[in-house]
Amino acid sequence: MTYEFLQNYWWVLIALLGGLLVALMFVQGANLHLGNRALTDTQKRMVLNSTGRKWELTFTTLVTFGGAFFASFPLFYSTSFGGAYWVWVLLLITFVFQAVAYEFQNKKGNLLGVKGFRVALMVNGLLAPFLVGTAVGTFFTGSDFTVNKIAIADPSAPVISTWGNGWHGLEALGQYHAVLLGCTLMMLAAILGALYVLNNVDDDAIHAQMRRTVRMSIIPFLFFFLSWTVILLVSRGYAVDPAGVVSLEPFKYWHNLIAMPAVLVMLLAGVLLVLASLWLGAFSQSRKGIWFAMPGTVLVVMAVFFLAGFNGTAYYPSCTDLQSSLTIRNSSSSYFTLKVMSWVSLLIPFVVTYIAFAWHAMDRKKITADEIEGTEHKY
Amino acid sequence: MDVVIWSRIQFAMTAAYHWLFVPLTLGLAMVMAVMETIYVVKKDEFWKKTAQFWIKLFAVNFAVGIATGIILEFEFGTNWSNYSWMVGDMFGAPLAIEGILAFFMEATFFAVMFFGWNKVSPRFHLASTWLTGIGATISAYWILVANGWMQNPVGTTFNPDTVRSEMASAAAFWEVITNPVAVSKFCHAVTSGWVTGGIFVVGVSAWYLLKDRHSEFARKSMLVGAIVGLAGSGAVMLSGDASGVHAAEFQPMKLAAAEGLQDGGNGAAFTIVPGIKIPKMLSILATHDANGFVPGINDILNGYTDNKGNAVPSVADKMAMGRQALDALAVYRGSDEPAVKALAKEVIDANVQYMGYGHLEKPEDVIPPVGVVFWSFRLMIGFGMLIALVLLLALIAIWKDKLGSWKWLLWAAIICIPLAYITGQCGWIVAEVGRQPWTIQGLLPVNVAISSLSAGAVKTTFFVFVAVFALFLVIEIRIMLRAIGKGPEVEPENI
Repeated sequence: MTYEFLQNYWWVLIALLGGLLVALMFVQGANLHLGNRALTDTQKRMVLNSTGRKWELTFTTLVTFGGAFFASFPLFYSTSFGGAYWVWVLLLITFVFQAVAYEFQNKKGNLLGVKGFRVALMVNGLLAPFLVGTAVGTFFTGSDFTVNKIAIADPSAPVISTWGNGWHGLEALGQYHAVLLGCTLMMLAAILGALYVLNNVDDDAIHAQMRRTVRMSIIPFLFFFLSWTVILLVSRGYAVDPAGVVSLEPFKYWHNLIAMPAVLVMLLAGVLLVLASLWLGAFSQSRKGIWFAMPGTVLVVMAVFFLAGFNGTAYYPSCTDLQSSLTIRNSSSSYFTLKVMSWVSLLIPFVVTYIAFAWHAMDRKKITADEIEGTEHKY
Repeated sequence: MDVVIWSRIQFAMTAAYHWLFVPLTLGLAMVMAVMETIYVVKKDEFWKKTAQFWIKLFAVNFAVGIATGIILEFEFGTNWSNYSWMVGDMFGAPLAIEGILAFFMEATFFAVMFFGWNKVSPRFHLASTWLTGIGATISAYWILVANGWMQNPVGTTFNPDTVRSEMASAAAFWEVITNPVAVSKFCHAVTSGWVTGGIFVVGVSAWYLLKDRHSEFARKSMLVGAIVGLAGSGAVMLSGDASGVHAAEFQPMKLAAAEGLQDGGNGAAFTIVPGIKIPKMLSILATHDANGFVPGINDILNGYTDNKGNAVPSVADKMAMGRQALDALAVYRGSDEPAVKALAKEVIDANVQYMGYGHLEKPEDVIPPVGVVFWSFRLMIGFGMLIALVLLLALIAIWKDKLGSWKWLLWAAIICIPLAYITGQCGWIVAEVGRQPWTIQGLLPVNVAISSLSAGAVKTTFFVFVAVFALFLVIEIRIMLRAIGKGPEVEPENI
């Protein structure tokens, strides 16, 4: 195994984890219905308990996505987390509230009341996909930072990665291209959530609401996604040559797409799957849309990560100092660490198998109103 | 105050807060897994109800543990940018293993444990309960491998090309994962969790007995709690002894601070409280030799000869060597001349073990806050022993059927619940405040480990976290007390 192979392999795993994270954000999207006035309280609790069995998986995937980035490309972790401070802190706080909201909301003495925690879940439902999308959006627009490793020998200003402005990441909200990706993810999460609840809960009124959500989301989702994609393909991108020198290249991401037909196929296949799920959710009687939407999402997100990082591209570009841009080559862990991690990653299929097994065992019975009104453990 | 101080305060608060919830998670996991095992073996519904009650409390506590765990993970990057680059390569493998092996195990089987009573078979459910606890324990191991490396950075070499510590071989990785500091820390932390979980169950059961409610439930819970807690206490003492020896070997300043030992020597005495000493005891604890040499703070500042006969340089000398390493690093990074680089690399390699000292302003910077560490150490040991005694007496009382008459013991058990938390926090202070100013021992002091943020930014997040943490703590305590007040026969949604 060469060093390059291991770096590429870990970029693929990061992309896969990113794809799974977005696909699992059906939890966030579904929770938006906790404020849906067309649903009764029992119906809302059915939605809550439906996502309540899965939220830890999404949460754990986020933790693992962050951990994997830290482990395989630590320079990204130290540069982006320490630099785009407010974006990550905001994301963090929405997830912190989410983590306790399930357990606390229906308990007496919880101070914030049912409503307070439901609002927290809905804020998480909107902001989490939006912030993740916007943050990934900066993989293509670039950020304002410099990396200078020798700084560590300078006691007066020892930090290697420094951010160029006091907004510390919030400036991304002013980059419309990054924001478009944020909006795309927000709509996608809402669609995934609706498709998931449609599949996981047995209740006609809820089904009608979910199909309505899918129908209403189609146009904004496609608008955001297509605008983002078209702008991406005509934009300048951050190319890196074999010597590691970064330069701006017109139509870089379009070039990447043409140079990597496999990525093009992934992207198209993913988009088709998502479109199929939209049709199933909005215009058919099928409840299986989620089984198309999730793999479709994973494929599209992976394709996006591949466009950002492969084919001689800087995945976390600096618009202030091009040569500070992060690439798969200059930001990774050492050869040996990546090798050990790669061996460990062979356990992933085993982990996925037991998750699927547990998930299957728990979901054999769909959630019904009887269960919510009965005496079983629930949120 | 500057950004270093605020970053430290924020991280210290998050870690200490996280450590309020983790011990109970680890301990209750054991207790409820044992109870559910009895249910599955005996097929006795009583044990199912009993296990379910403790699982209910576990779930409330678990949620806050998860919420604060992710904050710690993020804060490594957000507030300790240089640190996360320096340790990234070493953390990589343990973190990957933790994520893949432990996190998903906890998350998946927690959901089955919590929701699955009527959905999966009793055996599958039992396996899920055990796997939730095992997942939490595996997680603790890998994060303590990372922590152990920060206290005793074995198995890595500094690479001037990347400016970080790297692992280079399978042997090095083995050294990292079998780091004695990590192993003893793991045993100490996890089994201290058993003590916390054990005394929590014993204390809550004692309250029921005092109130004359749910007596059978309380008695049997108390038995399981006392056994788990006592097993934990024994292991805590053994691993604590190992921790002391390791501190003496790898972090003598931590030990000197914990002992308030200004001037060391051979056959050093152990101070129980100022003025009361046990002759030679410190040497025995630290070196397992009554005449072993234990350096004091001044010895470390001025240089000394250790028990293996090695001369340990003074801190001023270490600072000079560290400065040489850093200057050579600047030369190495700034030059393209192979000969210049080779020479610079030699200087770096010769002095790299003291590189972090090059960042210090004065020798006294290596002294942690002695008073805090000294008293925390004493409270930890004192309360730890007291809890062990109460657990032992509880077991005797159950065996001799004295629970009804030993009311004072029941009260003592209740009082021991908050004491267990104080003990845990004190342990954390000894381990982490005791190693100041180092994020990585000898290599990276806190003032160089930070992110380039303004103090105002960190201050803002600090106060936001204070508010959030306080809110969660109050809610958790209220829900717990209410659940305990209602007792084991109430369905969870009616808490």
